[in-house]
Amino acid sequence: MQMLMQTLVTGLAVGGIYALMAVGYSLIFSILNFSNFAYGGIIMLGSYMGFYSLTLLKVPFAAALIISMLGAALLSFLNERIAYSSLRKRHAPSLYFMISAMGTSIFLENMVYATIGSDYNAYPAIFKQSSVSIFGSTIGKLDLFAIIFSLIAIYIMNYFIQHTRTGIAIRAASYDSEVSQINGVNLSAVIGLVFVLAGLLAGVSGVFLGMKYMAYPTMGWITNKAYISAVIGGLGSLPGAVTGGLILGVLESLVSVYVSSLLRDVFSFTFLIVLLLVMPSGLFGKYLEEKV
Amino acid sequence: MSYYVQGILILAMYNAIAVVGLSIFTGFTGLMSLGHAAFIAIGAYTAAICTKLYGISFIPALLLGGLMAGLVSLVIGIPTLRAKLRSDYFTIATLGFGEAIRVLLENLPITQGARGLPGLYPHTTFPVVLTVFVIVVFVCKNFVFSRYGRMAIAVREDFVAAEMAGINLFNIRLRSLFFSAVCAGIAGGFQAHYLTYIQPSMFTGVQSTLLTASVVAGGMGSLTGPIIAALVFAAIPEVLRVASMWRLVAYGAILVAIMVFRPQGIFGYKEFTFKGAWHALKHLYEKLSGKKAAGQGGTKA
Repeated sequence: MQMLMQTLVTGLAVGGIYALMAVGYSLIFSILNFSNFAYGGIIMLGSYMGFYSLTLLKVPFAAALIISMLGAALLSFLNERIAYSSLRKRHAPSLYFMISAMGTSIFLENMVYATIGSDYNAYPAIFKQSSVSIFGSTIGKLDLFAIIFSLIAIYIMNYFIQHTRTGIAIRAASYDSEVSQINGVNLSAVIGLVFVLAGLLAGVSGVFLGMKYMAYPTMGWITNKAYISAVIGGLGSLPGAVTGGLILGVLESLVSVYVSSLLRDVFSFTFLIVLLLVMPSGLFGKYLEEKV
Repeated sequence: MSYYVQGILILAMYNAIAVVGLSIFTGFTGLMSLGHAAFIAIGAYTAAICTKLYGISFIPALLLGGLMAGLVSLVIGIPTLRAKLRSDYFTIATLGFGEAIRVLLENLPITQGARGLPGLYPHTTFPVVLTVFVIVVFVCKNFVFSRYGRMAIAVREDFVAAEMAGINLFNIRLRSLFFSAVCAGIAGGFQAHYLTYIQPSMFTGVQSTLLTASVVAGGMGSLTGPIIAALVFAAIPEVLRVASMWRLVAYGAILVAIMVFRPQGIFGYKEFTFKGAWHALKHLYEKLSGKKAAGQGGTKA
């Protein structure tokens, strides 16, 4: 029982970061209807920005977090303007967006590999290796901070989208971009904003991932987990992305402890495929069929 | 022909076998796979285990590798294609599938885990690869111009209309997937017996991405386009050994540039022919040599 509790807590801590990434990714999906594979690259660069702000600029942690959020937001915005905006204006099929995103991802990852190198960069210790105990199970302070901060960030994002004027425009555009334009929504600005918001989340998740697992060029593979979380929850649904992230985190930690840590990924992918067969649009998916 | 050039050509041709197979799937049904490295891996491991542990001769082992990859493709293809997943979901399912296969290879006893299988006999020789390459291209060409190929094109262009016209989407997509997996498996067998060792780490998502990239860069819906792209992509890093670190950077940039400026790929739906190339050259020459061609509205290549 003690062990089960501990496993669940560890799983939730990882799941919180997955959820954070999945929300940014799902946000972009909800408005442009394609899988932004470049998101992993943005998160990776966010992580590097956090690392260099802490080590080279020696700024306090909060400042490093803000630098990396702003940097990632800028990159995400440029990514949209360079790689997607012309496709969008041409009404290209989503396959083309995905390929363009894949190209961006390959480009960013290998750019870092070729210029900075393939070293693993460990973040300086910000939280002492101490832990707090909740319900008799221990959780590292870093994990606790990460999950609380992730949930706050997701909450703010959700509030913004549900309750502000701009948020309503985003939701309208994601529902029907043509009609929302007729009603006076500046689509290009809204899409730019969505990419900036997703970039902010990418910066946060990059810093947390870096603190947890170090910063390195191929760390973008962890975002595969974000894609999977988002698909489990149903692409385009923000509550779905959070739920999917937490489910995936807990599932992985259960499998690692009770089955085999080596086969962890096999289990998560099998779970994804089985879930898709039972619920083809994920848990909270909006669209079952492709838009015609 | 020097040994070095032969080496590059072998590499380029077995890559092209996998790419042309994938072009039948992605280019002609419009579904994108990010897991085809897994089929190459399955073919490579099956062929390697056959020749190394069971002493089966090379060609049957190669075919067994292709067959095995094809059978595994049914395992992933039947449920996902029958469920008619949205194309994004399908792509992510293949991505997950590819990673899962790699993790399995790292943990099964018969594949010797992450250490891989060293000491394979270098069966992959130039004439063998060339023969298989020609056969595969010939089969692909016949597939495209067959009834199934026409149906696949209809599915890619508008799957709703195609289904209404009585085409069984599931059947067509599964056939294309099976075919592409067999090609990938055969390419894997060649790769294993060319490099003489295989490891699970060779078959990552990056390789899957590059396969798809070749298809897209060459032109979805063309056979010769992806083949040329595969040959070029395989040959360039060999020629520019120094710049190998930058080659993937360039791939990424090229992919984005193609999508932004020429989304139909280098060749689009067209096939490369010598006649077409001649016209294109002539057109280019006329364009460069002055206004003479401007009024005549140049030949279309």
